Amino acid sequence: MSTTIPAFARPKPVPAQRTPTSTRRGVATFTPSHQASAISVIKSNVDPSSPEFQENQRLMDEAISRLETLTRKVQEGGPAKAREKHLLRKKMLPRDRVTALIDPGTTFLELSPLAGHELYPEADVPAGGIITGIGVVEGVTCMIVANDSTVKGGTYYPITVKKHLRAQAVAQENNLPCIYLVDSGGANLPHQADVFPDKEHFGRIFFNQARMSAAGIPQISVVMGPCTAGGAYVPAMSDESIIVQEQGHIFLAGPPLVKAATGEVVSPEDLGGGKMHSSVSGVTDYLAVDDAHAIVLARRSVSNLNWPSQSTSSPSVQTPHQTFSEPLYPAEELTGIASTNLRKPIPIHEVIARVVDGSVFSEFKRDYGTTLVTGFAHIYGQRVGIVANNGVLLSSSALKGAHFIELCAQRGIPLVFLQNISGFMVGRDAEREGIAKNGAKLVAAVACADVPKFTVVIGGSYGAGNYGMCGRAYSPRFMWMWPNARVGVMGGEQLAAVMETVGKTVDPELKARIERESDAVYSSARLWDDGVIPPAHTRRYLGLGLRAAMGGRNEVKPGDTRFGVFRM
Amino acid sequence: MRSLKRTTHRLGRTSVPLALRRSTRNITASTSSSPTTTTPQVTPLTTLLIANRGEIALRIARTAKQMGIRTTTLYTPIDAASQHARASPHALSLPSYLDGEAIITLAKRHNIQALHPGYGFLSENARFAQRCAEEGIVFVGPPAQAMADMGDKARSKEIMTKAGVPCVPGYHGEEQAVDQLGARAKEIGFPVLLKSVKGGGGKGMRIVRSAEEFEAQLKSARQEARASFGEGGEVMLVEKYVVRPRHVEVQVFADRYGNCVALGERDCSVQRRHQKILEESPAPLLDDVTRKDLWDKARTAALAVGYVGAGTVEFILDKDDGKFYFMEMNTRLQVEHPVSEMVTGTDLVEWQFRVAAGEKLPMTQDEIEQAILERGAAIEARIYAENPEKGFFPDSGKLVHLSTPSTNEDVRIDAGFVEGDTVSEAYDGMIAKLIVRGKDRETAIRKMELALREYEVVGLSTNIEFLKKLCRSKAFIEGDVETGFIEKWREELFAPRHTEDEVFVQAAIGLLGRELGTATQQVDSLHGAALGFGTANVQNTRQFAFRVRDDAKEEAGDVVTVTLTQKSPGLFDAVVTRPGGGEPVSLSNIVAETHTPSLTRTTLTTFYPTTRVETTVIQDPAYNEKLTIFQHGAKTELDLLPPAWFEKALGLKEVASSVVAPMPCKVLKNEVEEGQEVEKGAPLVVIESMKMETVIRSPQKGVIKKLAHKEGDICKAGTVLVLFEEAEDSETKDS
Repeated sequence: MSTTIPAFARPKPVPAQRTPTSTRRGVATFTPSHQASAISVIKSNVDPSSPEFQENQRLMDEAISRLETLTRKVQEGGPAKAREKHLLRKKMLPRDRVTALIDPGTTFLELSPLAGHELYPEADVPAGGIITGIGVVEGVTCMIVANDSTVKGGTYYPITVKKHLRAQAVAQENNLPCIYLVDSGGANLPHQADVFPDKEHFGRIFFNQARMSAAGIPQISVVMGPCTAGGAYVPAMSDESIIVQEQGHIFLAGPPLVKAATGEVVSPEDLGGGKMHSSVSGVTDYLAVDDAHAIVLARRSVSNLNWPSQSTSSPSVQTPHQTFSEPLYPAEELTGIASTNLRKPIPIHEVIARVVDGSVFSEFKRDYGTTLVTGFAHIYGQRVGIVANNGVLLSSSALKGAHFIELCAQRGIPLVFLQNISGFMVGRDAEREGIAKNGAKLVAAVACADVPKFTVVIGGSYGAGNYGMCGRAYSPRFMWMWPNARVGVMGGEQLAAVMETVGKTVDPELKARIERESDAVYSSARLWDDGVIPPAHTRRYLGLGLRAAMGGRNEVKPGDTRFGVFRM
Repeated sequence: MRSLKRTTHRLGRTSVPLALRRSTRNITASTSSSPTTTTPQVTPLTTLLIANRGEIALRIARTAKQMGIRTTTLYTPIDAASQHARASPHALSLPSYLDGEAIITLAKRHNIQALHPGYGFLSENARFAQRCAEEGIVFVGPPAQAMADMGDKARSKEIMTKAGVPCVPGYHGEEQAVDQLGARAKEIGFPVLLKSVKGGGGKGMRIVRSAEEFEAQLKSARQEARASFGEGGEVMLVEKYVVRPRHVEVQVFADRYGNCVALGERDCSVQRRHQKILEESPAPLLDDVTRKDLWDKARTAALAVGYVGAGTVEFILDKDDGKFYFMEMNTRLQVEHPVSEMVTGTDLVEWQFRVAAGEKLPMTQDEIEQAILERGAAIEARIYAENPEKGFFPDSGKLVHLSTPSTNEDVRIDAGFVEGDTVSEAYDGMIAKLIVRGKDRETAIRKMELALREYEVVGLSTNIEFLKKLCRSKAFIEGDVETGFIEKWREELFAPRHTEDEVFVQAAIGLLGRELGTATQQVDSLHGAALGFGTANVQNTRQFAFRVRDDAKEEAGDVVTVTLTQKSPGLFDAVVTRPGGGEPVSLSNIVAETHTPSLTRTTLTTFYPTTRVETTVIQDPAYNEKLTIFQHGAKTELDLLPPAWFEKALGLKEVASSVVAPMPCKVLKNEVEEGQEVEKGAPLVVIESMKMETVIRSPQKGVIKKLAHKEGDICKAGTVLVLFEEAEDSETKDS
């Protein structure tokens, strides 16, 4: 019965034999890849005709249209008069400058357009008087910082400083060359106390420039308006500077101050004009005849950075998948899935299904700690680890989250947090389970994981949940809010209740104020996030954020993370 | 009998017996042609020298190759890279296509049996034909004597009159008294033309419409003629004046055995600068009796000079009374021979070779007439490098882009150029001939118009747009043609055309698409779409300013701006603003797919809300600002305006302080001197290009600083001819 072939013998052609069924062994079934991948595809159960969906959508659309109006107003820039004056001087409006600067056909990822909204009682400061964002210039993903001189002469309010510094922080973390389109009157003097002296104030701009240049992150400035006093250091501390003749001026003190100090009478052009600086002082390197010319020169400078180019057609070299498929379900449905009433749970799988490539999600520990959903997916071809709330955080979910973050850190996979959290579980049982210690593990893992992190607040962001889910303090590379998002220690109602319980008389205004201060727009105006975004654009924001974080000269190495002590 | 004698003289060189030849002619001229039963002495052609260039050289080579004849072409230094120089297995260089002796020497040195002269150059040079015969080279064309007879205007008229072929009636005699001339005029019939025997250039020339005004007109003509030409100028001749002439010609073919057939007629009335641009067969609005009469007379004319081979007998046809008169006979294969080929289903070059080899004509007159009945109508359009809007001024240059309609047995293109070739100012500016056939004339015209819509040429001006207008002209479609057709319908034919808004939008999208390269085809949904709240589109809006360069457009010289907003890859909103403060036009949700196969060409398929538009945008790599847009079968030429900083930053100055050559040319004469003060419009330089003289006029009032070229200099397009002193008060640039 033995059919063993002797060693080295050539197998003889054996006539086809029917193996007796009795001796048949088990055989692996052939599984084609499409069957294998079927296990990861999220099946959607959303019914867009359901009353709940309709109601969600109606409320979300209201919120969206409010934001549309608000943002549109902000995007106009300063008052009409100031804009007209600006145009009369043949200067380009800052947003047009940005458009001219970036490659045609690319999208500008603007940061915090609502900064400064209703922040100063005495002044309206649209977009904080400065436009910041990530754009592709000559194929290079860059950070663009553009002063809006139609807003209070482009002077730096405290929020302007904060936004400028935030842009620099994004640039530093993501290795993005910086282009400063300078057109500013310098510090806003009445606010000088909140602008000048502290660590995170005006001086930090130049500190950052120096440090970034030292780290090999190119700094390019285009002087399109005044650059006085401290402002003079923006071009002076740049690697390359361009100036527009008879328009850009750089001096430590302007003609009036010079006259007051030394009696010398000098014209601005003589004192710090483009021709002088480009031919005499050498403060600037290129002389432009107008804004458009200056921008062409800036683009040329970027083309010579010898920076890895990320053309619009081919994703960055680090992106493993050159091709990807869109989600199976329309992103627009997110408006009917997410509720503005945060007491209602948001079915998180439905959200993930509308954000990741092909709605394919390899879920990790699906049936354990189910209030936190973890798993692997791709966004525009980039592999990511997703950590998303699906209820209150329990000990088990915290442990699962910490485990998953360890996996991603170990493998060099960027993390995406989808936040909708009321907090960690409270109560006797929870404390006895060690929720404090288990929650701490999640917080520690989030804090230490040395991979790019992205946070989208799609609902509530309350209490320690904010920490565990990579809130602002945990330095996500980007953090965006949906219009329905709220952020705070706890809800206004609960806060009032707690106050009452501890015996304080509650100011009737308090609850309303807390509600107001938890609003996404309120948060965005103060730069607690990088912008409020339409839910349907979430995938694209994340995609652009990932390209900024993973492309160019960025290197994410597996296993770079060092975690601290996890209390067991 | 005089012509017969002369015929006899010529026949001495052939081997066909005189008696037979004479009787054959009698038969063919009087009855329908039926080839004789003479046994032909056939010497097939095996090697051929094509003593021509361009499309006709290629066209001859094509048939020769088909017949197994080895061809050799010639090229001058200018033509070294041209198609005809490359198309044949052998190509020989020579200094000029007109150098007959050099050609004969080459033919002999390379043992070439036969020579085809094509048209133009030496094709009608009897002396050259004679020399070929002497050197034993088969000249594919008529005998030298027939050529000489027809080449002499006076003698040909004499022969024709004797043979009974009507010539333009007139009196060229010595009776010069007023009554005598008046009587002659009456005999001829009014209106008549009075012309000085010494005359020319319209001086001393009068059209007399009736007997009453004859005397007065004669007196005035004589006065003028004497003043212009001096003594003897007052001697007048009287000729029939055809008020509305048509140019109708008959394609004839004769063999060595006295057979002669007419391959239908061609109407070539539509002309500009006395050169044909549209030729068709059969001639429209012609009754059958006249048609047949024309054919008979044409054959008679050919036989009267003992013609052999392909020839064309030209007639002037009076539109008013239907009478026709012999003008001349062209003793060559003509440019427009394909029209007759299409309408008779023949290959006339093949016929030429066969007749030259000694074969008999392949078809009888009856067979030809049957073919014409079956095949309908054919029309040919000559595509010229010229600018109809500027008096059909010749142009030259590189064919940056050339796309032609697809050809089949009913759509034929005879061309001498391909994309990338240069049309030299040294030779005739005909780029190609487009010939189409339809079941009737109207169908043929419609097919012609459709084919022209697909004919795209960029790099030089062409008459294609004008030809399209001709094909759409009601008068032309009705067949109401005459030699003054273009002049008569000038207003309609030169009416500027409106440019659709979509043309400008397509140009903008095309430019953007070219810049993005292939990016737009690969749908990268990550980039290109609006992001975030608000009019996020502001970040993706760009403006394009175009100046309409096209003289044939209503908008000529206008600056039209397009504001293009990309909403997502391939999805746009556009606003078109025309000058004059009109309401800007908004076009929303335009879905465009661009494709850039080369740096020169971008093609777009765009869906506007209610229509699909296919466009080709051509960007001349040598002059990137120059755009040519082909859309809906029409061409629009635009200049992309440079940004405001361009001039300043690049140190360019818009100089009116110099005058440049508009095209490659030769300086004939400087009309001014250095230091001279001239008024605006004053003649500065006379140049010659494409055999045409042009006067370059001053664009401004000023003082001549320098004349850059002396007479006889050859200049490239754009070469400075005249420099002006710069005005002192001209706006000084920023300090």
